[in-house]
Amino acid sequence: MSEQLLDIVLRSLWISGTALLLSLLWSLPLALILGLRRFRGRNTIISFFNAMLGVPTVALGLFLYLLFSRRGALGAFSLLYTPTAIMIGQAILITPILISLLTSAIEAVDPRIRDLARTLGASERQASLTILREARKGSILAGVSAFNRAIAELGIALMLGGNIEGLTRVMTTQIALGVNRGEIILSLEATLVLLAIVFTLTLIANRFRGD
Amino acid sequence: MIVNLIKFIKLMCLRLLGFQVKKSALVAISLIVVVSLSVSLGAFRGQNRLIVSTTTSLYDTGLLDFIAERYFQLYHIKLDFIAAGTGQALEHARRGDADVVLTHSPSLERQFLTERVVGVRKIIAYNFFIIVGPGEDPAGIRGLPPVRALTKIATSGVTWISRGDNSGTHLKEKSLWEKAGIQPAGQAWYIESGTGMGPTLQIANEKGAYTLTDTGTYLKYQKEGLINLAPLIESGEDLLNVYSVMAVNPEENRQVNFSGAVAFIAFLTSEEGQKTIEDFGKEEFGVSLFNPAVQLLRTDSAVAEWIRDYAFIENGECPPEYRLGQEGLYQ
Repeated sequence: MSEQLLDIVLRSLWISGTALLLSLLWSLPLALILGLRRFRGRNTIISFFNAMLGVPTVALGLFLYLLFSRRGALGAFSLLYTPTAIMIGQAILITPILISLLTSAIEAVDPRIRDLARTLGASERQASLTILREARKGSILAGVSAFNRAIAELGIALMLGGNIEGLTRVMTTQIALGVNRGEIILSLEATLVLLAIVFTLTLIANRFRGD
Repeated sequence: MIVNLIKFIKLMCLRLLGFQVKKSALVAISLIVVVSLSVSLGAFRGQNRLIVSTTTSLYDTGLLDFIAERYFQLYHIKLDFIAAGTGQALEHARRGDADVVLTHSPSLERQFLTERVVGVRKIIAYNFFIIVGPGEDPAGIRGLPPVRALTKIATSGVTWISRGDNSGTHLKEKSLWEKAGIQPAGQAWYIESGTGMGPTLQIANEKGAYTLTDTGTYLKYQKEGLINLAPLIESGEDLLNVYSVMAVNPEENRQVNFSGAVAFIAFLTSEEGQKTIEDFGKEEFGVSLFNPAVQLLRTDSAVAEWIRDYAFIENGECPPEYRLGQEGLYQ
């Protein structure tokens, strides 16, 4: 792998990895609430996030571009065309995936386990932790799916990052640029690395699931 | 602030879930996120940033990488290029998202100058668009004047691929159809690709169609063996392609790096900058892909006349009221 490509691959992992952690900061607590509690409007919220699963990345990219633009509401922060902008955009993009999959994983845990834990003398807190432990396989799958969606998307990286060499160029924008420039080999190399990353992570997640 | 944030999240978890999330896990995730975000911001903060929104043909040929390298060697300033069509680049300027724009559409440049979105316009380079098509040339246009060629294509019904993306190339194409008195939109033989020059050339190649292209992208694709299209009409005043640089007007967008923009414009029009433009592509293609324009415009040669006819605004590169106090660049 050339130094140029390695640089791009590492940047992609760094940006999308941060996006995943950033998104977890709000997605995990929300999913825990949705998965463990019953309240009015809960189904509406879950349906909303399910519907948002298919949001086109260019639509989200355009919306955030207008927000981050120097003329936009958040223009004063000079976020446009920085890695930070891509991180924030991807974190928002994968929020519905994380919430939907984490909620289902938590819901799928047999409620009797919680009750059992309670009868065995566990506090409410210990019982909830038990459920989280039981849901870890689904949680790993949620994390991997979200990361894969982030690292494989183009619209946000292009519109918010601008594909600036050495700053915001990631694998997907490199692939698109290579096609425009007639440098197909570089595009193919980046594509192979991207596919290898996505496949490897999915295989690892499936292994956990099979346990 | 961060400590308070973590306390808040913990409290919310406790209130809503009935148990506490492990403090160490929360601190670890937050810490990684904060460090990562701040590193990404620090990656350019403090550095003198110059955002150049540019037409794709200058970027995709590699000219701007070549210029950026030279510019960094000389001044240690990194240029951040955003490759877009001419129309999109000027919209970036309007929103203040770029400091400098590089474009090749005099009519659009005039419009944005008069709207005071940009200023300090300088013509930096020129070359010629070419009309390419299948080698067997089914419409028989080889060597014809451009406008007659378009009329012939329209009557023969051989497919024409248009960029359709408001790029400088697309606007040039539209002006040619206008000169020919033909309304191509909606015709069965007229296809809008809605994409960059490279992919458009590939579509033309697949469909055995004609298209208008800049020389640089065409030569690059032909050399890489990605297309096999013949250059059928290669020069003439109607196919002139003139590249200009403009700074985003700081009166309209206060945050732009105007001094950086002016310095870059001064470099592009300097002897050094013009030589950099001329040298590009000589090694790879054997010819210059872009011809420097600054020296030429001081002469009375035929091409200089064509440039003045086609790309001058009110008898100059930039009317005085839009020079934004940079008279020194126009002496």
